[in-house]
Amino acid sequence: MTEKRTRKSIFSGEKMFWFFIMPWIIGFILLTGGPIFASMVLSFTKYDVLTAPNFIGFDNYVHLFNDRLFYKSLSTTLYYTVLAVPFVNILALLLALLLNQKVRGIGVFRVIFYAPSVVSGVAICFLWAWLLNSDFGIVNYVLSLVHIKGPAWFSSSSTVIPSLVLTTLTGIGGTMVIYLASMQSLSAEIFEAAAIDGANPFRRFFAITIPLLSPVILFNGIMTMIAAIQIFVPSFVITKGGPDWGSYFYVYYLFDNAFSQFRMGYASAQAWILFVITFAMTLLALKVSKRYVHY
Amino acid sequence: MKPSKSYSYGQLSVPGIVLVYFLLFLFSIVFLFPLCWMFLTSVKELGAIYLVPPQWIPKVFQWENYMKIFRDYPLGTYLSNSVEYTIISTFGIVLSSSLVAFGFARIRARGKDPLFALVLATMMLPYQVTMIPQYLLFRKLGWVDSYLPLVIPAFTGSAFIIFLLRQFYIGLSKDLDEAVSIDGGGYFTIFFRIIIPLSLPAMATAGIMEFMYRWNDLLGPLIYLNTTNKFPLALGLANFTSSYGATQWNILMTAAVVSVIPPLLLFFTAQKYFIQGIVVHASKD
Repeated sequence: MTEKRTRKSIFSGEKMFWFFIMPWIIGFILLTGGPIFASMVLSFTKYDVLTAPNFIGFDNYVHLFNDRLFYKSLSTTLYYTVLAVPFVNILALLLALLLNQKVRGIGVFRVIFYAPSVVSGVAICFLWAWLLNSDFGIVNYVLSLVHIKGPAWFSSSSTVIPSLVLTTLTGIGGTMVIYLASMQSLSAEIFEAAAIDGANPFRRFFAITIPLLSPVILFNGIMTMIAAIQIFVPSFVITKGGPDWGSYFYVYYLFDNAFSQFRMGYASAQAWILFVITFAMTLLALKVSKRYVHY
Repeated sequence: MKPSKSYSYGQLSVPGIVLVYFLLFLFSIVFLFPLCWMFLTSVKELGAIYLVPPQWIPKVFQWENYMKIFRDYPLGTYLSNSVEYTIISTFGIVLSSSLVAFGFARIRARGKDPLFALVLATMMLPYQVTMIPQYLLFRKLGWVDSYLPLVIPAFTGSAFIIFLLRQFYIGLSKDLDEAVSIDGGGYFTIFFRIIIPLSLPAMATAGIMEFMYRWNDLLGPLIYLNTTNKFPLALGLANFTSSYGATQWNILMTAAVVSVIPPLLLFFTAQKYFIQGIVVHASKD
């Protein structure tokens, strides 16, 4: 928020202000604020949509903490998050570094690297399911050329999570562009000075680029973490949560409870726990990073 | 994207340049191959896709797969549903967000700053928290199995796009505002005559980002729509395997190609606006 206060506007139209922001106010009351409150109330009820909600106190939360599928889906989600966040960020950072080199035609490569990211969603999920098909997939064929027996990818509960992490490859563009833009905003002088002092490219990368980019790394880290915790579409489309519940993520279970089982109260309690987990992990990331982030 | 004018790692040596190009081409293959393979699979006969070793280039280009998905499957319906839904909701988001952003950027009022902080805070809230009460509300209104629960909320704006446009409006000079008001014009004149024309690029960025989001969104349509002929492409595609038996990968890839063409076309024609939006997204903290 960087509003200039140097000159006072000659208008003071308080009424007009409220008029202009009215769409947001209505949306906030009906679609955000109201639902937050309703969701909290619902989480203390048993509600199957057909009969009136029934107040049951903390029962939903107590049940959740004794629900094996709750723990299973939570640990699956955390496993995915722990793999996906470093994978996406390290790769995006290295690709941005590559795209920041001053060579001819670099603009074309930037477009190519980014292009697959605009087609995220269901089509790309199916594409990955086909690329990584264990019998007829092209990836396993290429591996067989170098005498590697390709894994079963999505068809085995031990490889399904890493395989889903791999599918983030085609959606890495957004994170990559953010790193690239922030690299471009770094001043050239400090790098030149370091080069004159004899620092080699690796040393310059780790001693200058990484520390200077640390706020951006933190931002991207938190954003990719939040997205990872809420992962749903790839497993819904590619694996239907399987095999053997191996990719049945937290939000998938929440979705099933709400819209297949119509356990609205139970699902609301799950949503609140999700919110608390997301919030806690974000705070933790901010706290831990205080020691490493350079502003 | 503009060529970098800031730093690199000094002048690259010849082996350095060779290495850079090697990596650039290697990753170009990594990023382009999946989309190429999607297309190549889409024009193969069913028998040809199961061959080992695979046919890299199909012996016979079976273009009629593209006729087939429109003839035998309701892909045309899905496509027109998607186009309609995406355009209306994108229009709604951009229109309402620009009004709200104008209020926050240009009009002085008490309580504006905490209110704007609240706008930003809502971006942090997981959709899962509000999704159930919203569903119950729309169910009460009898809107389930229609596009109303997806389209009407678009007209209340999106926190991120409000933020994006507000940042842009703040950067515009206020001199013209004053000229308008001296001439007796009000905020509407300022908004429609000055802000809108000057901020078309920012609105294009916002519109493109929202278009992509809506085009690809699965969860919203999945929650609200039940009738097959109302599905948008994303949802129709997601149901492809379950409704049509054993997976015909060539046909599935044909449908996938159809669904990725509009976003790709938009990307290649409006690349500049795209990148801007992503960078603004990152600068919000």
